[in-house]
Amino acid sequence: MKKFMFVNRKAPYGTIYALESLEVVLIAATFDQDVSLVFIDDGVYELVKGQETKGVGIKNHSKTYRALDGYDVEKLYVERESMAMRGLTEADLLVPVEVLSSAEMGSLMAEQDVVLSF
Amino acid sequence: MLHIVNKSHTQTNSLQSCLRLAQAGAALLVIEDAIYAATTGGAASSGIAGAIARLKVYALQPDVEARGMAGKLVEGVTAIDYAGFVDLVAEHTNNQSWL
Repeated sequence: MKKFMFVNRKAPYGTIYALESLEVVLIAATFDQDVSLVFIDDGVYELVKGQETKGVGIKNHSKTYRALDGYDVEKLYVERESMAMRGLTEADLLVPVEVLSSAEMGSLMAEQDVVLSF
Repeated sequence: MLHIVNKSHTQTNSLQSCLRLAQAGAALLVIEDAIYAATTGGAASSGIAGAIARLKVYALQPDVEARGMAGKLVEGVTAIDYAGFVDLVAEHTNNQSWL
């Protein structure tokens, strides 16, 4: 089993990155790998509660984050600095996450076998 | 003139350049990932809070809702729908999309 980290740094909907990351995460989980998702910079916006996409006609993929534990993907990490810069707290997020400092996030990244960037 | 910005202010400098060039009295419409710049959590760092006094600032409400930011627009920003977007374009003699 390898340690895979998915680094999410983009806001949802404006680009395809957030959705593509989720797709690959689900594939990796199917192969029983050790999967971590991390959210830094605008990536923290992916987890914001209350996304309502009817008006823009795009599928609301934020609900998928809540289903991840059903695929044994339970390691979600958010960088404290990125959240603070955007005026967000854990209470604004739609799933339970572990909040890490930049230094902690850097050390977690350094111990991975594979790091994929979105 | 109408200025349209669609990129996050923390990912690109589109909004920054727009705010630097936009003349007093111009209109600024934020859409897609640029809407975060007009929210209570982002308006100070994005420069929109400081620009509201000299620009008419609008945000595209469907994009605001998609991103879970309904009700979080900073005071002084007007929410508009797609029809309002069309009206803005029609009302102004020209526009610039800061891609």
